[in-house]
Amino acid sequence: MSEPVLSIRHAQVQFGGGRVRAVDTVSLDVGRGEVVALVGESGCGKTTLIRSVVGLEPLAHGSITVEGTAVTKGRGLRAVRRRAQMIFQDPTGALNPRHSIYEAVAEGLRIHKVKGDETALVSEALAAAGLRPPERFLRRFPHELSGGQRQRVLIAAAMALQPALLLADEPVASLDASIRGEVLALMRSYVDRDGVSIVAVTHDLGLAWNIADRVAVMYLGRIVEVGPAEEVLRAPQHPYTKALLSVVPEADHLEQQILTGEAPDPSRVPSGCRFHPRCPLVASGEAARLGIEDRCRGVDLELEPVGEGHQVACHAVAVGLR
Amino acid sequence: MSVLELRDLHVTYRTETGPVPAVRGVNLTIDAGDTVGLAGESGCGKSTIAASALRLLPKGTTVEGTVLLNGEDVYAMKPGRLRAVRWTGAAIVFQGALHSLNPVRRVGDQIAEAIRLHRTVTGAAVGTRVAELLERVGLPGAHAERYPHQMSGGQRQRVLIALALACDPTLLIADEPTTALDVMVQAQVLALLEELQREKGLALLFITHDLSVLTSTCRRLAVMYAGRVVEEGLSREVFAAPDHPYTAALAAAFPTIGDESSRMHPRGLPGDPPDPAALPGGCAFHPRCDRAVEACATTDVALRVAGPQRAAACVHVQEVGDV
Repeated sequence: MSEPVLSIRHAQVQFGGGRVRAVDTVSLDVGRGEVVALVGESGCGKTTLIRSVVGLEPLAHGSITVEGTAVTKGRGLRAVRRRAQMIFQDPTGALNPRHSIYEAVAEGLRIHKVKGDETALVSEALAAAGLRPPERFLRRFPHELSGGQRQRVLIAAAMALQPALLLADEPVASLDASIRGEVLALMRSYVDRDGVSIVAVTHDLGLAWNIADRVAVMYLGRIVEVGPAEEVLRAPQHPYTKALLSVVPEADHLEQQILTGEAPDPSRVPSGCRFHPRCPLVASGEAARLGIEDRCRGVDLELEPVGEGHQVACHAVAVGLR
Repeated sequence: MSVLELRDLHVTYRTETGPVPAVRGVNLTIDAGDTVGLAGESGCGKSTIAASALRLLPKGTTVEGTVLLNGEDVYAMKPGRLRAVRWTGAAIVFQGALHSLNPVRRVGDQIAEAIRLHRTVTGAAVGTRVAELLERVGLPGAHAERYPHQMSGGQRQRVLIALALACDPTLLIADEPTTALDVMVQAQVLALLEELQREKGLALLFITHDLSVLTSTCRRLAVMYAGRVVEEGLSREVFAAPDHPYTAALAAAFPTIGDESSRMHPRGLPGDPPDPAALPGGCAFHPRCDRAVEACATTDVALRVAGPQRAAACVHVQEVGDV
């Protein structure tokens, strides 16, 4: 991989004066023109992680660089905030109801003092996001648009700044089913045409199958499995990834592995492998048969390579269970 | 006997800008113990159907046609009778679990209220029944003492299910019951609903835009678009081989992981679901349809029988006569 667009090294984000590690020592590189899906349940730290990329959550430890520029306070952060754009789940909440669509897109251009004819730049961005003809939208207000159109406005506003990296937090979760595909296709089109990179935070594995080159699975602040999308989604190694895939409604061929309990609480991280209290291998006695149960309960572990670019943090995988 | 029967139901909302037809002639029958999925997107009328079954529509709404609940006309019921059939005849689980519960009352008291309103049970027995219900939905009985804000989203949704079961209804209407929940919690709630449905022989009307959820949960499926049912049949058959182009688009919206044709190829429809206040002429779906022909802009197609227990409203469907 040439120099990564985004490089996260041992990043740690703490809340409550260090009591809670929402992101706990995460490393991830994203190459140019690459789409990475960051998946996991609520509270796993996936949203916190992408917020830290644009400086919205300070790092307690580790470092993040965007195109080689460190994300720290001051001038570096300003540059990063132009090159890395974020779009949010709820397009209605993210748009100011009193600002026209023109204003919504022009605001970023003004903040970052982008040179050129503002009206032309706004129109181009809207047209590229599928809002055509753009003149029809410039003077309208968010409430006059559909949910899908509002999400396109947010994408247009982000892409008007020609960023290298798009950070998308559940970009289609609040959209109607029939709209979903078109918005995902739009996001992918910026990758294929402009070489932008995307980190998409989602709980929707179908989204990953639809647009992602790589998938990173997070559990309680850690990445527990990362690799090429085809491999992670077709032949998952970590029991948590397997469970997530088994509850996709169409996954009839997989035996449903419904984990009990809620998404776990990052203020009380279990000892050993943090997944062990919900792990089917531990519950079924498989871990005991493999002679690793003590390690599952007592020994914390890091990602280990299992294939080309594919890494997993699981004691059972480490002893060669496939 | 059918638990719920809608005959040529039309529902029109009154708004400041004029009448808005939300449901435009729907026929739907749910037999005792059967499971029916109602699929569709925002504004298609699916939640209006849920509300119309128990007369929960806002004042001023025009309802035409017939709604029979256990053979009884819901719109001819006296207020006392209507109160009685809400909860005992049919109960609804809505999606916003946070907003459906009273934030300042303990959840146990809220369930107890429903039981007391409909039954003559002594105080002590009510407490036991509340604990039983909570345990049945996978919560400790002691959670009766909790307030809604002390529970997670998944737990609150379980409380709503317990509440819906409090008076042993014959029909459970679940309107997007898992939409706001996390994947794993969604799977837990779906599994619970399926289990309860089987155990109690409940009839279930399950409403969501996620066709794959409906297919795994319901025996029959009805797909709505712009206030009409545009396709119906057995879930597996409809999902595997849709007759209506809209059903095909909904089925493709959430890809099957491992299916090469959808890898790096998200599929959706152009445009947006139509505004019920300004429906396109002809077939309401034609502006978004990739199979539309000239006639579609002018011809409004009714449901056609397309096979055993199968119907679709599309010019491309060959009518097979009465089966």
